[in-house]
Amino acid sequence: MALTDSQVCVYLHEDDGQAPISATDRFQTISALLEKGYRVSFQPSAHPAIRKNDREVPAIVSGSGSMTSVDGTLVPTTGTPTMAQAALEAAESVRERSGAAKPGSWLPWFPVIDYDRCTNCMQCLSFCLFGVYGVDDRGKIQAQHQDNCKTHCPACSRVCPEAAIMFPKYKAGPINGDQVSDADLQREKMKIDISALLGGDVYALLRDRSERARSRFGKERDADKALVERQKCLTKLGEIMADVPAEVLSSLPSPEQIAKRAEEAKARAQKALSGA
Amino acid sequence: MNSASADMSTPSPVSPVAPRLLYCHCRYAQVVPGAVKNEVLRRLCDSKVPFEAVPDLCELSARKDPALETLAAGGRIKIAACYPRAVKWLFAAAGHPLEVEQAEVLNMRTQRADEIADALLAAGFRPNLPLDRTPASASASDSAGSAA
Ligand code: SF4
Ligand code: SF4
Repeated sequence: MALTDSQVCVYLHEDDGQAPISATDRFQTISALLEKGYRVSFQPSAHPAIRKNDREVPAIVSGSGSMTSVDGTLVPTTGTPTMAQAALEAAESVRERSGAAKPGSWLPWFPVIDYDRCTNCMQCLSFCLFGVYGVDDRGKIQAQHQDNCKTHCPACSRVCPEAAIMFPKYKAGPINGDQVSDADLQREKMKIDISALLGGDVYALLRDRSERARSRFGKERDADKALVERQKCLTKLGEIMADVPAEVLSSLPSPEQIAKRAEEAKARAQKALSGA
Repeated sequence: MNSASADMSTPSPVSPVAPRLLYCHCRYAQVVPGAVKNEVLRRLCDSKVPFEAVPDLCELSARKDPALETLAAGGRIKIAACYPRAVKWLFAAAGHPLEVEQAEVLNMRTQRADEIADALLAAGFRPNLPLDRTPASASASDSAGSAA
């Protein structure tokens, strides 16, 4: 799936001369479509206004459960017991024929920046190991590759000194978008500076541990010990960022890769800050 | 009520053109209580007013979906979703910022379903997005609007 794939939108309307949709049918149909990931435009008029854009594939569902796609091809609905089911079949059929994206293949978890707060310090860009952040052509920080973000990981919001990073699906404020209080800003976890994290540079710490592990590995030829070192390091990181999911920590790249990516991210942040 | 939001103590005068309605189903997370979102949707369906319903506004934002442009640019809009600060920046992140005086966000994470449905279907309009400001002037408590 690419984030720019086209999407089906279902236009639900009441057809000329047919029985209007009952409130129950309307609710069940719209609920069913939303649950399957389809957008719905409900227009109780006989002729829905289709606002097609180049990434929208319209599927038109009329009041009685008979339906057609915009190109006029009828989608058979016989044998469907409910309007909700008929509408779903229509949406699916239009999607398959148009090659539009299958909804629900990505859980939309990603950082959203509050530019009323952001000072463009680039700490988030330096910190994120997964290339979610970038800068625009004027050097302004942006979340650019949202689908690289690790689901349920809010770690970068912890390093933002301005509490400017939101994850709208996070459980608690201010990360979920709730107001930022003075207490939030004062709270140590909201003011972590990368250089202070873990008593120094988190990546340096990972690197140190990696080097120590490597030297021991060289002497002892004990692969398990290197693994144990890495686990210790990840556990330490996990203690500091208690709600970073274990699967995210365990899927972190190797210390060598982390160090390399961190250097690259820092260089990009530095470049953006210097306006180069 | 938040001093830095566009919230107004009295609703704006009723305009001849009713605000458009947008309902977000927050499909991929459990952060909006199911009972609240179902009741809000049911009230919208009962009312027979036209409305737009999206499975997940966050996803539309990440996709930079052009549908957001239509929603942001078409004049006044009432949105049932979550925190106004999150909704403001989700639209902005897609490149289609909402105008602060043109959007009222009802928060299904914190408000009651009947309160939200009443506000959606009422003639009045209470814009409540956090006002735009430069970060240097942002103090902690007045930087975000809340419909709660
Ligand atoms: S860490 Fe926060 S303030 Fe700094 S650039 Fe990122 S979002 Fe902006
Ligand atoms: S905008 Fe809010 S309510 Fe809608 S999907 Fe995102 S987190 Fe959920």
